[in-house]
Amino acid sequence: MQDECLLQMRNIEKRFPGVLALNGVDFTLRKGEIHALMGENGAGKSTLIKILTGVYRMDGGSISIEGSPINIHSPQDAQNKGISTVYQEITLCPNLSVAENMFIGREKGVWVDQKTNEKRADEILERLGIPARGAKQLGNCSLAVQQMVAIARAVDMKCKVLILDEPTSSLDDKEVKMLFDLMRDLKAKGVGIIFVTHFLEQVYEVSDRITVLRNGELVGEYLTEELPQVQLVAKMIGKDLDELNTLGEAGEDGKTRSEEVYYEAKGLSSSEALPFDFSIRKGEVNGFTGLLGSGRSESVRAIFGADKVNGGKVKIKGEPVKITRPIEAMKHGIGYLAEDRKRDGIIAELSVRENIILALQVMNGFFKPISRRESEAFADEYIKVLNIKTASRETPVGSLSGGNQQKVILARWLLTHPDYLILDEPTRGIDIGTKLEIQKLVLKLAEDGVSVTFISSEIEEMLRTCSRLIVMRDRHIVGELTGKDLNQSQVMKTIAGGEAS
Amino acid sequence: MRKTRLLLLVVAVLAAMALAACGKKGNGLIKVGVVNNPPSESGYRQANVEDMEKVFSKENGYELHAFYSIKNDEQLQAAKGFITDGVDYLLISAAETTGWDAVLNDAKKAGIKVFLFDRMINVSEDLYEAAVVSDMAAEGDTAVKWLLSQNLSEYKVIHIQGAMGSDAQIGRTGALDKQFADGKMTKVVQQTATWDENAAKQIVETVINSKEDFNVIYAENDGMAKGAVKALDDAGITHGVNGKVIVMGFDCNKWALRELKAGNWNYDGQCSPFQAQIISDIIKGTRKVTTKKIINEEKGFDAKTITDDDINKYGLGN
Amino acid sequence: MKKKERKLFGNGLGQLAIPIIAICVLVIFNLIRDPSFFSIELLQNSDGNIVLSGNLISVINGASELAILAIGMTLVTAACGGQDISVGAAAAIAGSTFVKVLKSGGQITGFKVLLAFLLACLVAVIFASFNGTLVAVFKIQPMIATLILYTCGRSIAYWINGGATPTVESPILTAIGGFIPWIPVPTPILIVLVMAVIIKVFFRFTSIELFTQSVGINGSAARLNGLNSTFIKILSFMILGVCVAVSGCIGVSRLGLINHETLLLDIEMDAILAVAIGGNSLGGGRFKISGSIMGAYVIQMLTITLWAMKVPSTNVKAYKAIVIVLLVVAGSPVVKKWFEKTVSRFKNRKPEVAAKGAGES
Repeated sequence: MQDECLLQMRNIEKRFPGVLALNGVDFTLRKGEIHALMGENGAGKSTLIKILTGVYRMDGGSISIEGSPINIHSPQDAQNKGISTVYQEITLCPNLSVAENMFIGREKGVWVDQKTNEKRADEILERLGIPARGAKQLGNCSLAVQQMVAIARAVDMKCKVLILDEPTSSLDDKEVKMLFDLMRDLKAKGVGIIFVTHFLEQVYEVSDRITVLRNGELVGEYLTEELPQVQLVAKMIGKDLDELNTLGEAGEDGKTRSEEVYYEAKGLSSSEALPFDFSIRKGEVNGFTGLLGSGRSESVRAIFGADKVNGGKVKIKGEPVKITRPIEAMKHGIGYLAEDRKRDGIIAELSVRENIILALQVMNGFFKPISRRESEAFADEYIKVLNIKTASRETPVGSLSGGNQQKVILARWLLTHPDYLILDEPTRGIDIGTKLEIQKLVLKLAEDGVSVTFISSEIEEMLRTCSRLIVMRDRHIVGELTGKDLNQSQVMKTIAGGEAS
Repeated sequence: MRKTRLLLLVVAVLAAMALAACGKKGNGLIKVGVVNNPPSESGYRQANVEDMEKVFSKENGYELHAFYSIKNDEQLQAAKGFITDGVDYLLISAAETTGWDAVLNDAKKAGIKVFLFDRMINVSEDLYEAAVVSDMAAEGDTAVKWLLSQNLSEYKVIHIQGAMGSDAQIGRTGALDKQFADGKMTKVVQQTATWDENAAKQIVETVINSKEDFNVIYAENDGMAKGAVKALDDAGITHGVNGKVIVMGFDCNKWALRELKAGNWNYDGQCSPFQAQIISDIIKGTRKVTTKKIINEEKGFDAKTITDDDINKYGLGN
Repeated sequence: MKKKERKLFGNGLGQLAIPIIAICVLVIFNLIRDPSFFSIELLQNSDGNIVLSGNLISVINGASELAILAIGMTLVTAACGGQDISVGAAAAIAGSTFVKVLKSGGQITGFKVLLAFLLACLVAVIFASFNGTLVAVFKIQPMIATLILYTCGRSIAYWINGGATPTVESPILTAIGGFIPWIPVPTPILIVLVMAVIIKVFFRFTSIELFTQSVGINGSAARLNGLNSTFIKILSFMILGVCVAVSGCIGVSRLGLINHETLLLDIEMDAILAVAIGGNSLGGGRFKISGSIMGAYVIQMLTITLWAMKVPSTNVKAYKAIVIVLLVVAGSPVVKKWFEKTVSRFKNRKPEVAAKGAGES
């Protein structure tokens, strides 16, 4: 057992001002294994990885490779010691060739022999079964291939430990399969792989062992085959999955609560969305679904006036209204949580408090500022209600984890007490615990009479929360599903263009 | 900016040609083309332009065409335009000292007589009739000579310079630097205020705050002298005729000469912007050219002797 | 207790660390060089008033125009992520307008001065709105947009009065640019105070701070939260316009003279520097006006120090540049990060356990 140990991290400790990010965490990686590192956002995965790659220095503990203790001073140092990382975002240069990317920064002299390098690259790529040629420009390869090139570079640098940080988040199924094949291949060659991901299915597909972290502490290390998926989730979020199951039932209850139509649009169109009809009742939760690019986000943006509105008749509570700009939608009680949190949601450098009061302040107007004390009270209230994990209300929102940023934006819209809330991908890229909390919140809001339009790429999530699904394909609405049609296979069929009800 | 300039240039040339067409009919006027810097450049230039307009007027038998730019290439274009247009005389105050050979040769071939005013150009002397220019060094010398003639027991000078490297600064600083070097005067402080009157005030304030003794302020233009005087006033230090501190300025703005007349300042020197009369005299033959380079007479006014006539005649602005 | 500690190096006081340290260093340096450097005394000026005098007064008084411009420049920087380089030229236009009205016949009365000031404000705000429109509507880089007025502004100022250096004399102007009888503090200092109070009140009774920062940090998100970023950007320029008019009028009143070529010459660069020294990001976003104002005093104190040291004219700019490079580097994110790291490493020797989850990004 001991001799096949590749990497040992013992009792790792890391402090940030005001936060103990890692508290006595152990981690062991054996030769030729794929080891999944699991945990919610904020559990300490990234911190652990950054210590291992020399980005952070640990405040306590020890690291050894093949039995000999080491100190890691910098990312460069980590690479020299055989620890390589491939990040979620490609960190190579798209305008250079594949071969140049593989050997950049490693040339011995000033002169670079292009031809030799390309030949060598081809050999390595072929050996690893990567469908790319050394002479090709990297930017012209698919994302998956780019990722694989990054891995090939790492492998060629004689890495013993390969860290893959969310490598699959922007790949499609076929590409994921290619990547997994490569991972298995490397594993057979004796490389130890640390695999960080949000996708549970992938963990079970490819990994041998799982280490779970929660709140900066080690929960445990398990053999993948011995740990059922439900238990893994329970260990990550620290509570029982029964809650997940009861959620769906709660949704059933709220499905047909009121007949009063809150919002109605006829022939609404914008610069981005083709004309469509849509309505939502008071207290109803409905959803737009469809593949990426099907026009679901564009449609809800048209409702909010986020893009240039070209035409259509809109009624709120039966009264005709004109909504062409976000502020008009807001004045009519509509809130909109945008799809791209970083680009359209958070004001990263501003504090949690300022981010929370922003929408309400805009509605109040330029000359009616919310007093400091009032805004602090609002912030404290929502930090508590939504369980936002932040050092203080004055912490810049950009330094929070993704899930907590999303909660801040939710708080921003809840504070305006909307009658109709549009949530576009509120659960993307955040951990399971927070996803669950957001779904619960949606149902709670509906119970209180708020209409909600919910968009998610995860159909199950939508089935669990929505009472009506509007299916879109190629920028047109192609079906509406309710009642017993609300099941995965029916949704899939409708999206794919089979029989629609 | 540039486009409008070019447009103006085209319009000016067209207008000049139209006028020339009339002129050919023989109205008996002498056609003078002036290439100058724009009046907005400085008070000096404004007086210079006004003087040109006054001297080369219809009443005096002239037909004046003028072009203003601070850009050498635009000036060259305009000069070429005047040559094609067939002016009798070409008067030039160039933005830069180089690049004029070709144009002046053209003028010579076309039989147009060229005068340089205010600034010299690097060309052979036979390409122009005469150059009426200021000698900045002489101006400084005149001022320093006046200062020495005051026979003070000691000279402790605050010297406020203009923008470093400009002609006026170099000329006005040179004479004083020589006195400092010779030990006849003591340099209390020598600092540039880049022609900025408020900076001049702050410089004098700093000297007053450090409790250093001084009895002369030599400011390289009127504005800075005014700033310096303000600092004296704020500290309750007397100045001017019968005051503790002698105040010297340059440029001879009318308002500055009035300060002089009122005894608040002691001396104001001038780099004369009035070259038009000399050139006109040469054209009309009432003045003979002995040397090609004619140094314009530099005025220096003493508070005790200045008259209202001087103010009206030599003062710039209003 | 702990919270206060963190604030020092967080976003609170941390931003002001550089200007405060710079002022302290300059003060200590001058005190060592000349212990009486900051002595203040009462003098009788030529008008018979008892007035304060001394280097400290000179610094604060001399920096008045710069401090006022720095206020407006901070807002424009925050909202637009760029700087207005035409403030000097615009101030010359405002000052010329001020003089033009004052010289237009008749006695100079208080009412006339007020009218002249309001007209100067109007003109400056119109030009600022022009800049603001180019930036906010036509999305031109602020520096490029304001380059237009920077280039032609002083010519426009010339056209207004025609003469090179027209002068105006009036006790009212003397009171604005110098001293009000029986008040020993130079009036420009009082004007800066008034402006600071006005801005403070404006910030207190409007949401400008939150809105400007939101627009500057994330325009797209601000729009989806109902903010009209065009309006906010133009508004920031208009406020700068008012600041320009005030400082232009102070500049004119100090000597009762307008020199369109030299009034507040090169002040745009100093104003931008003041914003940078104040710890504000020139890329927009979070800002602290108090930092910029302190930055203005740092620059002026540096100038006066160099003058008092009798640094030769030709070297003044070089010395200034060296100090400013040091200041800007000291305030750069890289150095700040290094400093924070060192401090936190030092502090982490003490064990502490607090809320989790905020450290990870």
